Amino acid sequence: MNRQAQAVIMLLFGGAVLKASLSDLYLRYVKEALQPFLIGAGILLVAAAVLTLWYDLRGGGDQHDGHGHHHEPRVGWLLLLPVLGLLLVAPPALGSYAAGQSGTVLTAPGSDSDYPALPAGDPVDVGLLDYASRAVFDGGRSLTGRTVRLTGFVTPGPDGEPMLARMVVSCCAADGRPIKVGLDGDTRVTAAPDTWVQVVGAWTSRVAKDPVNQAEVPYLQVTGWQEITAPKQQYE
Amino acid sequence: MTATDGMTDRLGTRPEADPESTAAPQPPPRGRRFGSVELLAVLLVLLVVVRDPLAALISDPRLQTWTTVFVSVLVQAVPFLVFGVVLSAVIAVFVPRSFWARALPKHPALAVPAAGLAGVVLPGCECGSVPIAGSLIRRGVTPAAALAFLLAAPAINPIVLTATAVAFPGNPEMVVARAGASLVVAVAMGWLWLRLGKTEWIKMPPRPHEDGSRLKAFVAACRHDVMHAGGFLVLGAAAAATINVVVPEAWLQRVADNPVLSIIALAVLAVLLSICSEADAFVAASLSQFSLTSRLVFLVVGPMVDLKLIAMQTGVFGRRFAIRFAPATFAAAVLVGAGVGAVLL
Repeated sequence: MNRQAQAVIMLLFGGAVLKASLSDLYLRYVKEALQPFLIGAGILLVAAAVLTLWYDLRGGGDQHDGHGHHHEPRVGWLLLLPVLGLLLVAPPALGSYAAGQSGTVLTAPGSDSDYPALPAGDPVDVGLLDYASRAVFDGGRSLTGRTVRLTGFVTPGPDGEPMLARMVVSCCAADGRPIKVGLDGDTRVTAAPDTWVQVVGAWTSRVAKDPVNQAEVPYLQVTGWQEITAPKQQYE
Repeated sequence: MTATDGMTDRLGTRPEADPESTAAPQPPPRGRRFGSVELLAVLLVLLVVVRDPLAALISDPRLQTWTTVFVSVLVQAVPFLVFGVVLSAVIAVFVPRSFWARALPKHPALAVPAAGLAGVVLPGCECGSVPIAGSLIRRGVTPAAALAFLLAAPAINPIVLTATAVAFPGNPEMVVARAGASLVVAVAMGWLWLRLGKTEWIKMPPRPHEDGSRLKAFVAACRHDVMHAGGFLVLGAAAAATINVVVPEAWLQRVADNPVLSIIALAVLAVLLSICSEADAFVAASLSQFSLTSRLVFLVVGPMVDLKLIAMQTGVFGRRFAIRFAPATFAAAVLVGAGVGAVLL
């Protein structure tokens, strides 16, 4: 691969990173906090590509490069794959398949398992991870008597019943782990897997074990639900 | 896409410098040669054409998850890769050789721990430290010290240790154990290299020699490292995504109760998953059915040996180096991690 081809690949790669980080696309893959660094990296890649092209075109491709033992990295062609992935395919955020593969993320509580009262609101919006920790580690004390609204996607549970899940990502989607909440009660959530829903309901003392990692999965007594469009930030 | 396609076309019509030839710049006849720029143009057109069949192909949930994980490992690594490449180009072009002679202790056996400790100040993950270590060796730093830096930097920097503290709120000793075990492994591997290592195992790809301004040399070093380390990063990300999709977590459940098997299982998992060192603590925390010691081994092995690191080390230091260094580091990390875990956790 000569320098011009390398420059074009770098330009495409940097451009793809810039395009993903300037739109909401990057949120499917990494945390929001990475955005400025992605933009910076994209700009540097594009700048290096433009400078390479400029030197090459101006200098007419000088012959000092290599002195006869020219080993330009052929492996660099592979960088077209992420370009392809970002610009043409743009795969969706992790969904129910990934959620079914790994165990719920709910692990031992912090040293101060002191849960403050929920904010005002009826129903009150609660994150899945927050709901699950309050239900499992606080015995549902701060949830009793409240109507909560949870947002997540539908995923089939081990018994075939639909569950509510959301992926918890700490760095990038490769470390994504699901947080799962079971759905109980007479109101059945009939949406297809991977559909985003808002579920309204009350805490119930029922818990189950996630067969994948034996962690506890709390339940919600569902009183109503509706389909929603996927939120901008799909990870929690 | 159209803008870049146009550029490719425009470039493609230029007479190409034949990379093999050292003869006088005699432009070959136009339209006769089919070089990499033309190949690239054809590839890009093909990609746009097959876009829809491709999208239909990956509608399978497993392939879709694979693609998502593959892209996200790369997107996550890009800032660290670019940061590492720029820093290594700075080392290569702007920092004089004499600086390293002054900055590090003269005796190699003392330079190793000094370089390992220097890793504390470099916040980043492992993708950046490979090109930096390569650049250090090129600039005359003793390989043993550069390797200690390579192993220590991703594991014991402040960001990683903070993430570990956040992920294990009930076990602050985990942070101490991780930092201590990682530093011990890094320094031990440096000293092992001093005793047993052979310089001819390290075969680094020749960097282009650029005449002209320092900026030109800087850009050339950046370009070379991005293409090289970046290409191997793609290989590693593909391998990690495959493991992520193919190996269900439920398999792990069966070995969690056996203390020895669980250590081996999590050590192998750390190699296969290739998670960024800034995130691996959260994954370790969620593997709650495993003992703390086995999770410590996971955290010590992960930043030092994993699929994407092996791929990148093969690219930067050569195959003969990687097939010796990676298994030795793996063994050292498992032993030291298990030992420290037995004492501290």
